[in-house]
Amino acid sequence: MSVLFVLISACLLMALLFLLAFVWSVKAGQYDDDYTPSVRILFDDTTRSDSSNKTNPEQ
Amino acid sequence: MATATYSLAGSQAVCYHCGEPCVADSLIYDDKPFCCAGCKTVYELLSGNDLSCYYDLNARPGTAQKAGRSRVKYDWLDDTQAAARLIQYTDDEISIASFKIPTIHCSSCIYLLENIYKIQPAIVRSQVDFVHKTVRLTFRKNDISLRQSVELIASLGYEPQLTFNDLESKATSSSNRSYYLKIGVAFFAFGNIMLLSFPEYLGIDALSETPLRHFFGYLNFLLSLPVIFYSASEFFRSAYAALRQRTVNMDIPIVLGMIVMFLRSSYDIFMLQGAGYMDTLASLTLLMLIGRLFQNKTYATLAFDRDYKSYFPVSVSVSRDGVESTIPLSGLSIGDEIVVRNEELIPADSILLAGEAMIDYSFVTGESVPVPKKSGDMIYAGGKQTGSTISMTVVKDVSHSYLTQLWNDDAFKSEEKQTTLALANKVSTYFTPAVLLIAIAAGIYWGRTDMHRAMNAFTAVLIITCPCALALSAPFTLGNAIRILAKYGVYLKNTAVIEKITTIRSIIFDKTGTLTDKSGQHLSYAGTQLTPYEEAYIASLTYHSSHPLSRKVYQALSGTTLSTVTDFQEIHGQGIEGRIDGHQVRVGSAKYTGSTATIADNPQASTVHISIDGTYKGHYDIRNEYRTGLNDLIRTLRSQFDLYVLSGDNDREKENLRQIIPADHLMFDQQPADKLRFIKQLQEKHTGKVMMVGDGLNDAGALRQSDVGLVVSDDTNNFSPACDAIIDARRFKGIDHLVRYAGDAMHIIKISYGISLLYNMVGIYLAVQGTMSPLVAAILMPISSITIISFSTFLSWVAARRRHLI
Repeated sequence: MSVLFVLISACLLMALLFLLAFVWSVKAGQYDDDYTPSVRILFDDTTRSDSSNKTNPEQ
Repeated sequence: MATATYSLAGSQAVCYHCGEPCVADSLIYDDKPFCCAGCKTVYELLSGNDLSCYYDLNARPGTAQKAGRSRVKYDWLDDTQAAARLIQYTDDEISIASFKIPTIHCSSCIYLLENIYKIQPAIVRSQVDFVHKTVRLTFRKNDISLRQSVELIASLGYEPQLTFNDLESKATSSSNRSYYLKIGVAFFAFGNIMLLSFPEYLGIDALSETPLRHFFGYLNFLLSLPVIFYSASEFFRSAYAALRQRTVNMDIPIVLGMIVMFLRSSYDIFMLQGAGYMDTLASLTLLMLIGRLFQNKTYATLAFDRDYKSYFPVSVSVSRDGVESTIPLSGLSIGDEIVVRNEELIPADSILLAGEAMIDYSFVTGESVPVPKKSGDMIYAGGKQTGSTISMTVVKDVSHSYLTQLWNDDAFKSEEKQTTLALANKVSTYFTPAVLLIAIAAGIYWGRTDMHRAMNAFTAVLIITCPCALALSAPFTLGNAIRILAKYGVYLKNTAVIEKITTIRSIIFDKTGTLTDKSGQHLSYAGTQLTPYEEAYIASLTYHSSHPLSRKVYQALSGTTLSTVTDFQEIHGQGIEGRIDGHQVRVGSAKYTGSTATIADNPQASTVHISIDGTYKGHYDIRNEYRTGLNDLIRTLRSQFDLYVLSGDNDREKENLRQIIPADHLMFDQQPADKLRFIKQLQEKHTGKVMMVGDGLNDAGALRQSDVGLVVSDDTNNFSPACDAIIDARRFKGIDHLVRYAGDAMHIIKISYGISLLYNMVGIYLAVQGTMSPLVAAILMPISSITIISFSTFLSWVAARRRHLI
């Protein structure tokens, strides 16, 4: 039975880590703008000037 | 600047950059048509810098660069003091500044602004916040100045909005962040406490009397500490604030329940090795916080608290000893000679010295036709110069000008109006003492025989009646209503406005811009019949003018194919002329076109006269048109409310308005301060509350003084004085739906209150016996809350259907 003490404590500590990660993400401003990143991720990285392989993610 | 949409004939070319129609032989570059050199330049710049993806993401995403737009001067940004206000962070190498850019409207805008480093490598990083329409620039300050960065994005058609107000206040940290944190912590605690309480729920006896059970209890206690001391802190703060003001609000019984829950559970855990109510405490806090967040719906792009400072420029050109320099507005003093260019706002009451002034007071009065002024005339602050550059002498301080002194009135000094629900507070004044009485009675009843059971009964009553469901019905009903209304086109400042609307007894309308439609003015032609060719000439000519009347005529004739205009001339205060297909066309005043008509012939309309090849043809009359559906709206509202019309104009519309509103309820020639005073008198005289429906800055005082200030706005992103609600002008005739729906929402809340009180009675019945197990609380609380949430959400949706809001 005593293994449960260890396991539960470990579980809680892990959960606490996730909570801290959440706190960090809120403080870093990840929840301030919930729209722009969804658009930004769809832009192509056009590093070279090459107009033939442009794709259009929006239409 | 928003690009207007024109109905176009099928084959007409539109600008590849901005989508405006192009004249027949327009600029062609790269096989693409452009309406003006400005748009072409932007295109060249973008395609030259490998940014043509801008045009692939959305068709014609640009902003019109047409000549005639003001080139805002940014000299003042070199002034380190002004620049310091804009810069958020700076070190030896880089600076960071944020700007609000109202023209951000599509994914192309995000793409361009975030890839601006391709044009100017000194801008290290730029990040767009689409929702708030801001961009955050990080630039190497040794390579590029703040002014150069701003000029660069402005030259691409993204002019930052730099107003007096934006510089004065900058603390806009999102309050939602703290809600997210509190909810996160509460959710974390709730989940873990639930898990640790499971053996208790399932009645697993094998665990009882083992050290494991104690261990779970202690963990629950630890987990509940951040819930009560952090997540629930704002309920404590709100309850304390209410107690200090000797009032009762809904948070008081909630906080009472929470404290009792926490103390009783701690006692159970440490003294009796029991389970306690920590799970209920955590779930209750979590649900309440979610309710608050749901209710706190805000519109990032709308502002409900703007005063004149938000609209005034930051800088002004001052001419001293013949040398012109740009100074911040705050440095302007009486006697200064200021220079105002086309499309610039007059910042203080001044006397015109030189130049041809055409002042557009649409900003102040809603009347969009510019007024000509001559040298020596007084020009009031808030007007906008259209046409050439003028110079004038300042005679009053910025804050003491005719328009701005309105903000010195007491109405603006009074504290923010109440934001909590009056109905909830009223319920709580009965609810809290009643619950306390029952708890004490139960305690005394059992106390005669069994002290332990007495304590159990007393605390159980306070715990089970903790009005979680009661407190959730309003946030969810109103939060839902505010979202439904926003989809419909009515934006409320906060949920408390809904309750205030239901107490309204009188409604006061402004006339110009509110009852009348600024854009859809009625245009009629009188004179010699025009051939389609002639109409096309007039359309082509007026297309080149930015004068509001020209725009109206052009819009009315849109759809015709435009021809090239040569020898175009705009004679200020007179009209425009040009040569089209060999014909000399003149559009403008009666005198300019050789008509004998005088203003007295037609006092109710603005007139545009036409002559072609020196022959007078006729004139367009542009009349203010009442909004569609106005008659029906007034008819439905009349039965329920006292209606008044306050107009800043003269009484030329009296006859029209008398047909729908009694003559003694019509007031004309009302100054902004008169409107404010009228509402104050009405509030003192009548028992009911007053709603003001207005649109311009001249209504700002009345909107503030009234109990509900509703602003009718043609472009909700654009302009609105401080108010409680903004209604999209297209939804103007929906005001009666709004009023009725507000009533529905309050009914729904009352029914929800009834249901949650029923739950409470069941709870009290179990609690007074002094044997209630924590499990009952853990089940009853969430069930009642979820019933209320789904019930109020469903009903507010049904009511919206019934009122044709969705």
